Amino acid sequence: MVARAFRTEGMFISLQEPSLYTVKAILILDNDGDRLFAKYYDDTYPSVKEQKAFEKNIFNKTHRTDSEIALLEGLTVVYKSSIDLYFYVIGSSYENELMLMAVLNCLFDSLSQMLRKNVEKRALLENMEGLFLAVDEIVDGGVILESDPQQVVHRVALRGEDVPLTEQTVSQVLQSAKEQIKWSLLR
Amino acid sequence: MLKKFDKKDEESGGGSNPFQHLEKSAVLQEARVFNETPINPRKCAHILTKILYLINQGLLSARLPHAVPGVRELFTSLAQPTLRRMCYLTIKEMSCIAEDVIIVTSSLTKDMTGKEDSYRGPAVRALCQITDSTMLQAIERYMKQAIVDKVPSVSSSALVSSLHLLKCSFDVVKRWVNEAQEAVSSDNIMVQYHALGLLYHVRKNDRLAVSKMISKFTRHGLKSPFAYCMMIRVASRQLEEEDGSRDSPLFDFIESCLPASAIVNLPGCSAKELAPAVSVLQLFCSSPKAALRYAAVRTLNKVAMKHPSAVTACNLDLENLVTDSNRSIATLAITTLLKTGSEGSIDRLMKQISSFMSEISDEFKVHSPRLPRPRDSESKETGLSHLCEFIEDCEFTVLATRILHLLGQEGPQDQQPLQVHPLHLQPSGAVSALAKFGAQNEEMLPSILVLLKRCVMDDDNEVRDRATFYLSVLEQKQKALNAGYILNGLTVSIPGLERALQQYTLEPSEKPFDLKSVPLATTPMAEQRTESTPITAAKQPEKVAATRQEIFQEQLAAVPEFQGLGPLFKSSPEPVALTESETEYVIRCTKHTFPEHMVFQFDCTNTLNDQTLENVTVQLEPTEAYEVLCYVPARSLPYNQPGTCYTLVALPKEDPTAVGCTFSCMMKFTVKDCDPTTGETDDEGYEDEYVLEDLEVTIADHIQKVMKLNFEAAWDEVGDEFEKEETFTLSTIKTLEEAVGNIVKFLGMHPCERSDKVPDNKNTHTLLLAGVFRGGHDILVRSRLLLLDTVTMQVTARSSEELPVDIVLASVG
Repeated sequence: MVARAFRTEGMFISLQEPSLYTVKAILILDNDGDRLFAKYYDDTYPSVKEQKAFEKNIFNKTHRTDSEIALLEGLTVVYKSSIDLYFYVIGSSYENELMLMAVLNCLFDSLSQMLRKNVEKRALLENMEGLFLAVDEIVDGGVILESDPQQVVHRVALRGEDVPLTEQTVSQVLQSAKEQIKWSLLR
Repeated sequence: MLKKFDKKDEESGGGSNPFQHLEKSAVLQEARVFNETPINPRKCAHILTKILYLINQGLLSARLPHAVPGVRELFTSLAQPTLRRMCYLTIKEMSCIAEDVIIVTSSLTKDMTGKEDSYRGPAVRALCQITDSTMLQAIERYMKQAIVDKVPSVSSSALVSSLHLLKCSFDVVKRWVNEAQEAVSSDNIMVQYHALGLLYHVRKNDRLAVSKMISKFTRHGLKSPFAYCMMIRVASRQLEEEDGSRDSPLFDFIESCLPASAIVNLPGCSAKELAPAVSVLQLFCSSPKAALRYAAVRTLNKVAMKHPSAVTACNLDLENLVTDSNRSIATLAITTLLKTGSEGSIDRLMKQISSFMSEISDEFKVHSPRLPRPRDSESKETGLSHLCEFIEDCEFTVLATRILHLLGQEGPQDQQPLQVHPLHLQPSGAVSALAKFGAQNEEMLPSILVLLKRCVMDDDNEVRDRATFYLSVLEQKQKALNAGYILNGLTVSIPGLERALQQYTLEPSEKPFDLKSVPLATTPMAEQRTESTPITAAKQPEKVAATRQEIFQEQLAAVPEFQGLGPLFKSSPEPVALTESETEYVIRCTKHTFPEHMVFQFDCTNTLNDQTLENVTVQLEPTEAYEVLCYVPARSLPYNQPGTCYTLVALPKEDPTAVGCTFSCMMKFTVKDCDPTTGETDDEGYEDEYVLEDLEVTIADHIQKVMKLNFEAAWDEVGDEFEKEETFTLSTIKTLEEAVGNIVKFLGMHPCERSDKVPDNKNTHTLLLAGVFRGGHDILVRSRLLLLDTVTMQVTARSSEELPVDIVLASVG
């Protein structure tokens, strides 16, 4: 699908300045339309109040229908829903929708892997760090950073060293103590 | 991979949303645990998550500098990767932890160049978020290395961060272009995309560099589809800016990218070139993926705006899309079909639109009324009638106005009146708008008249009055009237009108009331008043505070010698000083223009405390054919009390074009000595004279400024019967602004449609001026200015009489 993206690209009236900044916002809402996660990359909606109003608006317009894409408030919105969550990727009306879809799918698929296919609210909340890190890997400041979900999952892979202090070996404790001393000396 | 959710750490105890009851203060309290040693990394990571969540929800402002104490302490425990990653994220969110930046920077730099690949990318990004331009120099070396790093995540991160840094440190980032260039040849599609993007942004103001970039990549080919998208946009932008010819290599590049080999948006594309592209789009229309369908329809829509014939091949597919479950797609399909379809289909389409008009969002409602011209008048009618029904329910006045405007433009041959009731929304404005459409559009006129008749019975006073007025004007069906009363507002002053009307009613006369006899307002009037209906039905105009003109009018009317002069046409806006300000006598002159005469009003002040002047007059010696008729003296001018004397002059009759004249002035009076302390004057005095500066009368005194809102309409209305044109060279003037300013001042006419503002960097300009010449004749001047070495000016003047035109041209020359 990404390959077709550039085919349609050439057919657009691209009056807009060509730019890497393609994504305006990424949103995840629950099935009441409340915000679970929102990252705005530009000043389209500067205040929290405006953001929430926008989110309400798009939720009302999209949660009933199943289609993936809409044009609202002068912005292109691609969206996807799963059980009790709604994912949105927002771009300007001139943006190539297929690129935005790529972002959406990447986000969705990465989360799907991280949550073991359990893409629903409870699981997401339990793994907020993963969500934050995943979004950070996919879009940085409005620029698409990565579109391959595998890559994203790999980079987010917070690995098994989840060892509480009490279970560390003595040498590890000594090591961390040494580091602390070093830093406190540097200060 | 799921993190175990430790029940001990949970604050709100088992709610469905563990973050739901988070409180900012509680979390900040918790953050003190960051200061503990040894640090519990999991707990800290968890707290950081909560902090980030709060920021995300907008409950915690990222801007508070010390909102989270001790984040930097977390860096002491560098072992735990989750914690570290969360730290990076927090740093990015709260990028103004000012004092801690240095410490954080050093550890981030270490991470950036460290061995752990998974940290390097995020470290780079975090670092670049908090760094400023001075810091940037320090880490420049690392950035360059990162850009060309083999690990794609590192390279991408570095490139994207460089892009963000362009905004504040353009010069520094510019130096990394070579590295970015290298990165373009990377295998990783994202790296290529980012590198290309960065290069473009750095070079985008240099068109030559951009072209070179494009041609280079044309030859080598690009792997990344994102990069292709980018390049296509860049190339088409270039083409647009160059007004590209078909042969440009850029065009070839774009053609080569696409199997469909054509670009829609480029200027001058013919339908044939579009055909292959359109066929590809046709395929997309039947795609199962909604996004593809949407993209296809949107593109087809844009194509149809310029080349409807090219899209007809897709009509069948488009019709299928009309019933698509996605409303946006369906509406776009319909609007496209409306542009390209045949009669029968349009009828069907209109029915379908009305069925779900209420559901679609507002942008589409705006798009659909913008239907350029289905050829068939019948379908147009049905379409418009649907629009009218739509307006009835429409709550958006802006939308309704636009639709009204559209209706006005399209001008159907409707026989039955349109069932429109938008008037209830914005009554009087709508009435004016309706009248404007009626005035401009003859076909609409019958229906407008019907509507207006209905308005006459409206509840609102103002609506009724306006409707009556417009009705009577429109029914006369004279274009001139329409232009005069509807399109361009009345220019008379309201109190003057009131007075004139009063006078008229007091002295019943056979003649109809002459609007021209009412003095013009110096500023445009926004409101209209009934004028052509019989006086008895006229409303009482509002009591506006008397303007200067009214004051003069009254003063002059009080002087018996000036009774037969007729109405005051114009008074000069500012008095002219005929003496220096420090002299014994201070004289200032105001010029009043009447239809056949001019009255010079001299305001005199005697500043000598030992003299009293009596019988003061100002004698004028004209150079041209002006004839001095009489003097009205100021009786007495004691010390420091201003008095007024008048001189009446007749305008030249034999040579009406000689409107400019210079008068040499001399003040004649009787001086009586006076005791400064007692104020008593002698009985006897002596005659004396005092020479004043010369007084100029120019064409500006004969013309009153008038604002015409719609210059073109007025231009046409006046007609070219008395049109004259001449070209002049202004050899002393070097800039257009200066020329414009001079002309406006010299002629004393009002610049219309903001034509007095000369845009920068242009060497041609058209200046539109409007005024009324003495006697009530409209005069319009259109002046085309061209700047080469000096300014050349082509002046075209139109008026309802020959005289003003001649005068204007004579005086400019």
